[in-house]
Amino acid sequence: MRHLILGNGPAGVVAAETLRRYAPEDEIMLYGCEGEPPYSRMAIPYLLEGNIDERGTYLRKQEGYFAAQRITLREGRAVAVDTAARTVLFADGHREHFDRLLVATGSSPILPPIPGIDLPGVTPCWTLAHARAIAERLQPGARVVQMGAGFIGSILLEAFVKAGAKLTIVELGDRMVPRMMTPVAGNLIRRWVEEKGVQVFTETRIDAIALGAGQGNDTAAGPDGAPLLVQLSNGERLPADMVIVAAGVKPNVAFLEGTPVHVASGVLVNERMESAGAGIFAAGDCAEAPDLFTGQHLVAAIQPNAVDQARVAAVNMAGGHATLKGVLAINVLETLGLVSTSFGQWQGVPENQEGSGVEWVDEAAYRYLSLQFQKDRLIGATAIGLTEHVGVLRGLIQGKVALGPWHERLLANPLAFVEAYLARAQYSALLAA
Amino acid sequence: MWKVLAIDPVKCTGCLQCEMACSIENYGVIATSKSRIKVFNFEHEGRKVPYTCTQCAEAWCLHACPVDAIRLDQRTGAKVVDEGTCVGCKVCTIACPFGTINYVQETGKVQKCDLCGGDPACAAACPTGAITFVEADWAGLNKMQQWAAKTAAAVLA
Repeated sequence: MRHLILGNGPAGVVAAETLRRYAPEDEIMLYGCEGEPPYSRMAIPYLLEGNIDERGTYLRKQEGYFAAQRITLREGRAVAVDTAARTVLFADGHREHFDRLLVATGSSPILPPIPGIDLPGVTPCWTLAHARAIAERLQPGARVVQMGAGFIGSILLEAFVKAGAKLTIVELGDRMVPRMMTPVAGNLIRRWVEEKGVQVFTETRIDAIALGAGQGNDTAAGPDGAPLLVQLSNGERLPADMVIVAAGVKPNVAFLEGTPVHVASGVLVNERMESAGAGIFAAGDCAEAPDLFTGQHLVAAIQPNAVDQARVAAVNMAGGHATLKGVLAINVLETLGLVSTSFGQWQGVPENQEGSGVEWVDEAAYRYLSLQFQKDRLIGATAIGLTEHVGVLRGLIQGKVALGPWHERLLANPLAFVEAYLARAQYSALLAA
Repeated sequence: MWKVLAIDPVKCTGCLQCEMACSIENYGVIATSKSRIKVFNFEHEGRKVPYTCTQCAEAWCLHACPVDAIRLDQRTGAKVVDEGTCVGCKVCTIACPFGTINYVQETGKVQKCDLCGGDPACAAACPTGAITFVEADWAGLNKMQQWAAKTAAAVLA
């Protein structure tokens, strides 16, 4: 049996390892398309800060690890799949046969179609190659304009500020990290970064990027001889040495066009991570699996979800039976030293669906907690400045733990969430004794 | 046979010897805030509950680590953070549904119980037997792990 895995990020690597364990004799081919050893994008901000070297981003650090696991690493970009012939066509023209195919191709940065998006000095920060290019231009005093204050944008901030760059953030939404943070939380993060000297524009678009004064043939008078001039929807014109595009990502699934595999934004999979194409599975940032609460398909792009999906997919590819009971959206973010997390249905549900919620905030200390319930179960949470035992928020939500009297106690004092967890999920029998 | 920390909250008096021992063992100072085992206070119930990592077989933290910084100590069964490799991304802290791996702002790394390499200081310091270091097949531990498993609602069914 030949297993072909497209994508050598965390999902691809963990799937390959799991396959090796469950199918010791099978052939496993792992394709990446960046010409790098398998590495983690999560680690790129720390690479840019100089905390680690490139090797520090590698998913597996032992020399010869993949060969020892009998996992064949190859380089190539898939461009088409023939599901009848069970082959994948690669960009260099060669084909690879498969018995089982795992699509773990991840996602790519969205480059909004605005004038100047392709100018030199305008770049996403997604790959090691991007990181190298950014590091070259990143100097003290460099004027950096960042498009987007979402999850990735808000993590990247620190590297630029630590390097001494003068940073301006331009976000389309009404607050920072709008798809992960409540309004109170998003605005708290904004105030935090502004205090650290970052300029933030919300509800603002970058309309165009042009060459600055004396650059190329453009005669637009860029102030201070900046190589780039950024035009905002609010009329501001910002001189810039570099524009970082962090405006979201989209799953890499175009090569599946014309196949029976159903694609919405990512590959639609069932709880076994099977797509609609026979023998074709998907996992990680390119997969849309059913949400734990709503059952609606969801891309929950973060490493723990990617590897959970990869393990389930691999067990099934090896002929076993594993299911993912539902994906829980979880996120953790550190923005210039301020740690924030969000879990599940952090927006909550309305009262007429038996929803209730509580928000606690200490503005001065930059601490915040929102808990959202349905009946007496926790369904979502957002936290800022809380790092102790936050994992139990996941435990309570994922376990759908009935809180009983602790529901009221948490509404009165949300900070008692660890006690609630211990009492209701760990030691209830012992405490009742 | 791997040994594990078994916690019996009923025997805990809240003396915090375990927290002090843990911080001395790992950081050379008495600072309960640095402890990897925490005693929670249940005022309503009049109980204290020590709580730390159970070195679960599922090892959510280990699987979630993007940079291979959490490894299984084959000798003790502990899941151990290699501080030199940890980049401080904190993904493990939200992956662990037990909340027993935590980010430490001062070091920029995560920390968790590593069983002190096979001789846990908390168990040695506990005067009441609320924390003991026992063979992994001890019946009470199974009970504890069942509770833990129920909580996690096992992703892999």
